[in-house]
Amino acid sequence: MDLEEIHNQDYPFSVYEPTHGWLSLKLGELWHYRELLYFLTWRDIKIRYKQTALGVAWAILQPLITMVIFSVIFGQLAKLPSDGIPYPVFSYAALLPWQLFAGALQRAGVSLVGNSNLITKVYFPRLVIPISAVAAGLVDFGISFIVLLGLMFYYRIMPTWAILTIPLFALLAVLTALAVSLWLSALNVQYRDVQYMIPFLVQAWMYASPVAYSAGLIPTGIWRIIYGLNPLAGVIQGFRWALLGGNPPDELMALSVVIVFVLLISGLFYFRRMEKTFADVV
Amino acid sequence: MSDVVIKVENLGKLYRIGAQQERYKTLRESLVGAVTGPLRRLRRSKSKIQNPKSDFIWALKDVSFEVKQGEVVGIIGRNGTGKSTLLKVLSHITEPTEGRVALRGRIGSLLEVGTGFHPELTGAENIYLNGAILGMRRAEIERKFDEIVAFSEIEKFLDTPVKRYSSGMYVRLAFAVAAHLEPEILLVDEVLAVGDAAFQKKCLGKMGDVAKEGRTVLFVSHNMGAVQGLCERGIWLEGGRVSMNGLVREAVLAYLAASSNRQAGISIEKLPRVTGGDDIRLINLELLDQSGHHAYRFDHGDRMLMRFWFRVLNPGQRYFAIEWTICTSDGNKVLYASSSPQGQLLISPIENVGCVECEIPCLPLTSGRYFINCLLSLPHQKRIDEVEAATSFDVTTCDICNTGFDVRQSLAPVTTATYWSIVEGAQSLLRSPNMAPQSQIRG
Repeated sequence: MDLEEIHNQDYPFSVYEPTHGWLSLKLGELWHYRELLYFLTWRDIKIRYKQTALGVAWAILQPLITMVIFSVIFGQLAKLPSDGIPYPVFSYAALLPWQLFAGALQRAGVSLVGNSNLITKVYFPRLVIPISAVAAGLVDFGISFIVLLGLMFYYRIMPTWAILTIPLFALLAVLTALAVSLWLSALNVQYRDVQYMIPFLVQAWMYASPVAYSAGLIPTGIWRIIYGLNPLAGVIQGFRWALLGGNPPDELMALSVVIVFVLLISGLFYFRRMEKTFADVV
Repeated sequence: MSDVVIKVENLGKLYRIGAQQERYKTLRESLVGAVTGPLRRLRRSKSKIQNPKSDFIWALKDVSFEVKQGEVVGIIGRNGTGKSTLLKVLSHITEPTEGRVALRGRIGSLLEVGTGFHPELTGAENIYLNGAILGMRRAEIERKFDEIVAFSEIEKFLDTPVKRYSSGMYVRLAFAVAAHLEPEILLVDEVLAVGDAAFQKKCLGKMGDVAKEGRTVLFVSHNMGAVQGLCERGIWLEGGRVSMNGLVREAVLAYLAASSNRQAGISIEKLPRVTGGDDIRLINLELLDQSGHHAYRFDHGDRMLMRFWFRVLNPGQRYFAIEWTICTSDGNKVLYASSSPQGQLLISPIENVGCVECEIPCLPLTSGRYFINCLLSLPHQKRIDEVEAATSFDVTTCDICNTGFDVRQSLAPVTTATYWSIVEGAQSLLRSPNMAPQSQIRG
C-alpha cells in the first residue's frame, strides 16, 4: 500500500523522517500552539514570587533598589552627566528595558534545560519554551513602568507625544532579548557552560550599554559604530528619548534594528536546526 | 480507501552510548573539535564501512508495521528493547535516524502521567496547564473540567497546591487529565504501574472505554494480564527489532517463553522487574523433584519443591513474605500461595543471601507449560521485588486414572482426583418426592 493512501482529508496527516541541514521555521505551527504559549507564560508569572514574603512587590523593588544604588554611586559620587535630567529618573528609564532584557536572558537561557521533563515527554514546538520565558518578563515590565510614571510626576517631567512610541521600543527590547535567548537556550542544551556564563555576560553587557551613563559619552566615528553593534544601545537611547526627551534616536538606532533582526533570524534557524536533538541530548 | 492510521517503515533510531560524556561536553572540547573535526571526518569517511562504530547503538532497527483504525495494539518486550523509543518517535518527541513514520490523526501520548505538573500551582490550575501541555484547547479543558475533577476524586483539594497532595491524589489527578484527552491515536507507556489496585482497575476500565470508542491505542506494558485484556494484537520487540507481530495471545506466549530465565539463559537477578528490586532481590528460583534433583518436567500429582534465593541489598527491610503465582502459557493465573497469610513465615533478612523453600506436596496441574511469577512483599503494603515469569516448567503427563488419557491445559489447567460410581436402584429414587423431576410433580 502506498503511503499517500493514508492521506485522509478528515484528519491531520503527518510524516516523521530524518531531516538534514537547515529547516523551515514552521511559524504556522507555533501559532497553532499559541494557547500552550499562553499557559506556560502564565505559569512562569504565577510561580515567580510564590512563597516570598513581599510577593509581587519585588517587581517594583528590583529596579527601584538598582536605581538607588546607581544614583548614589554614578549620580552622586562619580557625577556622571545625565543630559540635564535628574539622575534617578534618567537611570530608571534605562533600567526598564535593561531589566526586561537581563531577566529574559537569565530565565530563557536555562529554560530548555529547566523544562527537560516536558521536552522528553511531549511534543510541541520547542520555540514555545524560550518565548514564554521572555514573555513572562512583560508583567514585571508593566509594573515597573507605572513606577516610572510616578517618578516622572515627582520630578515634574511632562511626557511629550514621543511617549506613544514606547510600545515600539519595548517590542524592540523584547525581540533583542528573544534573539539572544534563542541562541543561549539552544546552546545550553549541548553545553552547560552557557548557564555559568550568563551572569557574567549580563554583567558585562550592562556596562556595554548606556544604562548608568549617557550614550552621548561615546565619541562619534568608528567607536560609535562599534558601540552600536550592541542592539541595546539603540533600545535604551530610544527609551530615554521617548520618555524624557533629549537627543532623538540616530544612526545608533538604525544599526541596532539591523543587528536585532540578524540575531533573531539566525537564532530562529539555529534553534530549529538543533531542536530535533533536544530530547536526546537534554 | 484504506483504514491504516499508523504506518512505520524500516524505522531505525541510533543512540550514542556513553552519552553521559557526550551530553556534558564542554565548549572548549567542542571548539577544539571544530578545528580538528573536519580532518577527522575526512579520515573517518574513508574507513567508515570497514570500521563499524561501536560506541553507537541501534535502539530501533528495521522496524516496520501497520496499525489500522480502531486497533488496540500491545507492545511488549524486556526493558531496553526499544519500546519507549518507539513511542517517542511515534509521538514526534525524537527524530528517527532512518526510515519513516506516517500517521493520520491527532496523537496523544501518555508517556508519563503528570508531565508538566507544577508543585506550586493548585489542582485546578494544574488541570489547565497539564491539559494545554498534552495538547488540549482551553475550551476543551473547560468543557471537561468537571468530568476530570469527578474522575480524580479530589474535589475538596482543587485549590490546594499539588505539592501538598498525597502521591495517590497526585497520580489520580494526573491520570484524570490525561485520560480525558481525545486524540485519534493514543500512545500509553506503563502508566498503569502507578497508583493503588483500585485506581489501576479504574484506569484500565477507562482505557477499555477509549478502545471501544473506536480509537487506536498503542499500549506498552509489562503487565501481561493488562495487555491481554485490552489488546487484540501484540508486537514483541527484542533488541530493537520486531520479533513477533500477531495475535496478542501468541505474542505474549512467545515473549514469556523467551524471557523466563531458563530459555533466555540469564539469571533471575538480571531479569527486568515489574516493580521494585532495589531493597531485596530474588536471585534464583530452583525447582526440585521428589528426589531432590533440579527438574523442569513434572507429572501431575508430583511433589514439587521451590527454592527461592534472595539477596539483601538494603538491610532496612525488617521482614518480608514471598508470594508466587503459577500462570498458564497464555498468562492466566492458576495457582497462588503466599508465605504470610497464614502467618507461618515472615522472613527476616539477616544474612546477605538467604534461601526459602516451599513445597507443593501434590501438583494439581494438567499437562502443558507454566510460568511462575514471584513477589517479595510486605504483605498488603509494599511490593519489594516483583518478577514476572521468573521461571517455567512443563507438566508432561496428567493421567490421573492410568487410562492413557492425558488431561491437557487447554481443557482446564487444574484437575483433581475424583471418585465416580453408579447409583444402584435409581428408578426407585426417582419416585421419592425430593428427587423427582419437576414435570412429574406437576403431572
